[in-house]
Amino acid sequence: MYTLIQIAYFSAAVLFILGLKRMSSPVTARDGIVWAGAGMGVAILITLFWDGMQNYLLMITAIAIGSGAAWVSGKRVPMTAMPEMIALYNGMGGGAAAAIGAVELLKGETHGFVVLGLAAIGGAIGAVSFSGSLVAFGKLRDLVKRGGLFPKDKQKQINIYVLGALAALGLFMVIGKPFVVVILAFFLLALAFGVIMTMPIGGADMPVLISLYNALTGLAVAFEGLVLDNAAMIIAGTVVGAAGTLLTQLMAKAMNRSLTNVLFSGLGTVETQISTEAMAGSMKAIEASDVAVMMAFAERVIIVPGYGMAVAQAQHKIWELAVLLEARGVKVKFAIHPVAGRMPGHMNVLLAEAGVPYDKIYDLEEINAEFPQADVALIIGANDVVNPDARTNKSSPIYGMPILDADKARNVIVIKRGRGTGFSGVENTLFYADNCRMLYGDGQKMASELIHEVKAL
Amino acid sequence: MIEGFVALYIFMLAAFTGYEVISRVPVILHTPLMSGSNFVHGIVLVGAMVALGKADPGSSLELAIGFIGVILAAGNVVGGYVVTERMLEMFKSSKKNK
Repeated sequence: MYTLIQIAYFSAAVLFILGLKRMSSPVTARDGIVWAGAGMGVAILITLFWDGMQNYLLMITAIAIGSGAAWVSGKRVPMTAMPEMIALYNGMGGGAAAAIGAVELLKGETHGFVVLGLAAIGGAIGAVSFSGSLVAFGKLRDLVKRGGLFPKDKQKQINIYVLGALAALGLFMVIGKPFVVVILAFFLLALAFGVIMTMPIGGADMPVLISLYNALTGLAVAFEGLVLDNAAMIIAGTVVGAAGTLLTQLMAKAMNRSLTNVLFSGLGTVETQISTEAMAGSMKAIEASDVAVMMAFAERVIIVPGYGMAVAQAQHKIWELAVLLEARGVKVKFAIHPVAGRMPGHMNVLLAEAGVPYDKIYDLEEINAEFPQADVALIIGANDVVNPDARTNKSSPIYGMPILDADKARNVIVIKRGRGTGFSGVENTLFYADNCRMLYGDGQKMASELIHEVKAL
Repeated sequence: MIEGFVALYIFMLAAFTGYEVISRVPVILHTPLMSGSNFVHGIVLVGAMVALGKADPGSSLELAIGFIGVILAAGNVVGGYVVTERMLEMFKSSKKNK
C-alpha cells in the first residue's frame, strides 16, 4: 500500500506542476486546472487507504461539509466578487495547515525537536494566513471598514513586539514539554498577528496581500508536509510558495507599488487631505445620440473599461455595442490597465464572462502606441488609470503610475455616473481636456442607449 | 521522516520549479493563476486527513481541531477548483468562435 500511495503522490506532484505550467498561457489554461484537479483527486482518494487511519466517520463528515459549502459558494459567487472568494478559500487552506500543526504539537511526545519546530513554524504561518485572509475578505466585502487598530507610527513597533512574543512562545513550546494551554496561546497569538498586520492595509492593496497570503499558505503546507513526511505536500506547497511570491511581485509591479510599501506604509487607506486645486476648463457633457454617431463613423475605437463598468454590470452591453460597431467596419479594441478591476487580471475575467475574446483585449504596453490613431476612446467606469496627471503632475499622489494614454485619442468619451473623483480621491485632468466629453449616467443604461442609437443609424 | 538534506533538496528544486513555471505569465491570467495556485495548495487536505486519521480518538481536542482542519482544507480544494475552472472556462479566442 505504501508504494501505491507514494506513486499516487508522485503523479499528483507531476500533474500539479504541469497544470500550473499550462495555466500560465491562455490557450492551455483550461486543461491546466483539469490536470491539477486530476492529480488532487488521485491524492485524496489514495489517502483514505493510509495505514492505521481511524476516525473515518468524522473525516468523511468534515470533507462533505467543507466541500459542500465551498461547492455551493464557488458556483454562486459572481465574477466581480472573485478576489474576496479567492482570499476566503486561501484562508481556509492556511487554517487547515495551522490545524495540522496544532494536532501534531498536541501529540507532542512522538515527535522530535526539529519536527515540532517545523510544525510550529508552519502552523503559525498558516494561522496568520488564515486570519489575515479573513480580514482581507471582510475588507473587500466592506464588512470591515476601519483602518489600523493602532496609531500609524506605533504600528511597526507593535508588529515587531507581537512577532517577538510569538517567537518566544514558540521556542518555549518546542523546547519545553508542550502544554495544551501554551499551544493554544501560541496559535491564538498567531491569529491575532494576522489581524493586526492586515487591518491597516487599504482596500486597493488587498490583491497584492491576498497573493502574498496565498504564497504563505503554500509555505505553511510545505512545512506541515515535512512534519507528516508527505512529499506531495512539500512539493506542491513549495511550488505554490515560490510561484505565489513571484506572482505577488508581478502584481505589485503592475500596480506600481513595492511590496514593502504595501505592507508597511498603510498608504492604501484613502487619503482625503489631497489639495484639490481648481481645475482649468470645465467638464463638457454630451448626449448618447452624438456619441453613437461619433463611434459608428469612426475607423478605430478603443474601449477602456474599469471596475465601475463591472459594478454597473455593463460588460455584456458593451460587448454587444462592440459587435454592432464591428459589423459596421469599425475596428474595436479593448484596453486594460493592469489594475482595472480589483486585482490584476480581474477585468479580463469579467470581459471573458461577457464573451469578449481574449485576443481583442490589449495590455497597457501593447495598446498605448495606438491611442493617437484612435478616433474614439470610450472610457467606462475607469478614472485613475487614464489620469494624465500620472505622467505630468509631480505633486499628484498617483504620479509615476503607468496609465493608459486615452487622452491622446482624437475624441475621448467618458461614461460616468456623476462628477466624483476616482478610487484615490484625485481629480482627473482628462475630464477637463478639450477633446473629452462626458456622458453622464449609469453604465449599463448608457450602453443600452448607445446600442439603440447605433442600431437606429 | 524524509532525511534532512533530501528534504532540503526537494524544497530547493520545487522552489525553482515554481518560480520558472509561471515566470512568463501574461497579466490577463494573474487572477486565474492565483486562484489555480490557491487550489494546488489544497493538497493540505491530504495532510489534514492524515492528522485527523491518526489523532487519538480519546482526545476530543485533537479530534475537534483535526475535524475543523479537514473542513477547511476540503473547502480550499473544492472552492479553489470550482472558481478557477469557472474563470478559465470563459477564456476564448475569437478565432475559434467564428
